[in-house]
Amino acid sequence: MNRAFLFIPLLGFIAMGILFWIGLGQEDKTSLPSPLIGKPFPTFILNTVESGESTNHLPQEPVLVNVWATWCPTCKAEHAFLNELAKEGVKIVGINYKDDDFKARQWLQAYGNPYLFNIADPDGKLGLELGVYGAPETFLVDSKGIIRAKHIGDLNAQVWARLQPQFEAMQ
Amino acid sequence: MTNLSGMLPEFGQLALIFALLVAAVQMVVPLVGVRRGQAWLMAYARPLASAQALFLIISLVILAYCFVVDDFSVAYVAKNSNTALPTAYKISAVWGAHEGSLLLWVTMLGCWGLAVAWFSQSLPLDMVARVLSIMGMVSVGFILFTLETSNPFDRNLPSMPQEGADLNPLLQDFGLIVHPPTLYMGYVGLSVVFAFALAALLGGRLDAAWARWSRPWTIAAWVFLTLGIALGSWWAYYELGWGGWWFWDPVENASLMPWLVATALLHSLAVTEKRGLFKSWTVLLAIFAFSLSLLGTFLVRSGVLTSVHAFASDPERGVFILALLGICVGGSLLLYAIKAPTVASVGRYEWVSRESFLLLNNLLLLVAAFAILLGTLYPLIIDFMGMGKLSVGAAWFNFMFVPISVLLALVIALGAMARWKADDLKRLGSETVAAMVAAVLLGLAVPLLADGTMNWQVLLGMGISFWLIGATLLDVWKKARGRLNRIPQLGMSYLGMVLAHIGVAITIIGVTMVSNYSIEVSARMAKGDTETLGDYRFEFVDAGHIEGPNFVSDAIRFRVYDGERQIALLQPEKRRYNASGSIMTEAAIDVSLLRDVYVSMGEPLADGAWGIRLQVKPFMRWVWLGAIFMSLGGLMAMLDKRYRQRKNAPNNAVQASTAQEVTA
Repeated sequence: MNRAFLFIPLLGFIAMGILFWIGLGQEDKTSLPSPLIGKPFPTFILNTVESGESTNHLPQEPVLVNVWATWCPTCKAEHAFLNELAKEGVKIVGINYKDDDFKARQWLQAYGNPYLFNIADPDGKLGLELGVYGAPETFLVDSKGIIRAKHIGDLNAQVWARLQPQFEAMQ
Repeated sequence: MTNLSGMLPEFGQLALIFALLVAAVQMVVPLVGVRRGQAWLMAYARPLASAQALFLIISLVILAYCFVVDDFSVAYVAKNSNTALPTAYKISAVWGAHEGSLLLWVTMLGCWGLAVAWFSQSLPLDMVARVLSIMGMVSVGFILFTLETSNPFDRNLPSMPQEGADLNPLLQDFGLIVHPPTLYMGYVGLSVVFAFALAALLGGRLDAAWARWSRPWTIAAWVFLTLGIALGSWWAYYELGWGGWWFWDPVENASLMPWLVATALLHSLAVTEKRGLFKSWTVLLAIFAFSLSLLGTFLVRSGVLTSVHAFASDPERGVFILALLGICVGGSLLLYAIKAPTVASVGRYEWVSRESFLLLNNLLLLVAAFAILLGTLYPLIIDFMGMGKLSVGAAWFNFMFVPISVLLALVIALGAMARWKADDLKRLGSETVAAMVAAVLLGLAVPLLADGTMNWQVLLGMGISFWLIGATLLDVWKKARGRLNRIPQLGMSYLGMVLAHIGVAITIIGVTMVSNYSIEVSARMAKGDTETLGDYRFEFVDAGHIEGPNFVSDAIRFRVYDGERQIALLQPEKRRYNASGSIMTEAAIDVSLLRDVYVSMGEPLADGAWGIRLQVKPFMRWVWLGAIFMSLGGLMAMLDKRYRQRKNAPNNAVQASTAQEVTA
């Protein structure tokens, strides 16, 4: 056996270490350009998580549309910030993505509900049309129902500092 | 605050500093002794390890005492306790958050060092000196980390709060008293195996004796890991309130990865001890196992990944742990690359032999661990590519993990019964044909009996479990040559293995049944309503309030009937904890060997009605029962008398007698 092979684990570890180093340093995440920006929000007929009644439109005012799920730890980390935003008067609509209504309601009760209402998307159909990679993702939608921006990953103070001017310009 | 008892936290910190100094000496002096060949310097290793453990225990006890007497001048106590908290939880609050759990971690490291010092009488002194010196290095790193970034004794002076913020209600539970210490014992126990591997590399003696010394320590750590993981799963099941028992959360993955690698290591050590093979591979596994437990620590505490039970994260800590990880893992892998033997081992073996099956088992376990590592780090990789933070769902992990487990279960029985060096597939086939037929028939029968439809997952899951149990028992029967009274003579080590392998089958049965045949219904129920689920009828008897020591709760009383017979009175609760205002669901569970009946409360609705979730989960207990079997098996193997033999024991693979051959 060649001794060079014995260095493979070390090299693998070094690659991982670099990944971690970058992971530690990297705080702000860039929004991805989405082909949906400038397009109308997809049509849907789905039930709300809260009442189970059918709904097919967003409010006719600028809103954040936040895709989340109880199976998603990042969403939990994000939740406190959403609560803060809601307190400041930002309107947020939730899409409960590939999830279970019962768990979702338990979650909202336990951690607070920052959403105007939540659209239940148990099969991920709406998520598919929105081009959702995973949870959480957040869309800025204006009063005419046009998608203005998309953010992949958790919403936090840094991200919001970037998105807020755009959101306020939509008012 | 001038009296001595008021200064206790300072004494705790002082003890921690002393432990650091002792560990630093323990790291240097014995190794210098080995270098110079001076026995009196090497002999310092044992007393230094004992002293280090003593100082760490003092420090931990003082922190626990601060919790018990509600010393809110200590910032960590104020953040994680409350006067109304029951005393048992005050003690478990010691490891309820980052700082204290880290202190527990290093204390356990000290205790493992102490155990090595005590139980290493049969080891050559230079080996003991090297092992304890390496453990001292790990201690220095982690005690320094505790003191530098996460001191649990930091004070809130001069203005101390009158009341503490209370322990996270999720953690106010029996499961959380026992789960973290057990799991940490497992993580930290792997440091002993790691130290043995590095010591053997340094000393250039990767031989059967080294493998024999390492085996009981590996099993001990593995038993703790197994129990710790099972306890965590059990806790999540009843405490998170919706009946899930495994979430593929980064923290759970962080415990499963070292378990998989430690399992591979156990089997690889067997080959190294018996046949003198796979030496470099075994060393690498020992390094991997401990590295993965360090990696788990890093992932949980650095905030690199977000998780349900992530500790408050802090970039400074992240950098520190990353540096520790780099020195520890990078250093050991470098040592491995330079010193691991490249000459092929002497023994030869055929394609069909126990060696091959164990190697296959190793590869499968490692692939499983790697798949989980990839899934856990996937969010980081995505982040690295500038695509934001994401979580991978459970579907991905199940997709990767289930097929590997099926293959693994197939190999387990063969590996256990195949002969060393060379065996014959025909022989293995003819001896297990009964088990194969039984497995296929029973595998087919279970789904048909359960609900009359063919379910491939159940067929597969039950089939491999029956195969594993059947083939294992056939092997026992054959080795006992058909006489029950010969079974005890087969040796603790062999019987422990049998028990652990049956444990694996039991867990697979549990997982298969509960994943495929759980039924549930969410319903709106008010007083007097009944709801039927499967064979069971649930009656909402009564709703009321309960005043707990530090919470108030809404509770509902249910009667559960099987036909006309009442089988249980269940009382789920919805608790509101006073200090933090957080709301917790306490599920009520009726437990039996064949099924769990699980009732949890959702949200209150109008007119005193509640959203209620009712679940029946068949064979739920088996998931954890299997883990108990595995642990007992490990315990039995550890007690095998050959690990207690003194210096005159044969320590060469070639001398291993045929009688011992059975007991790998």
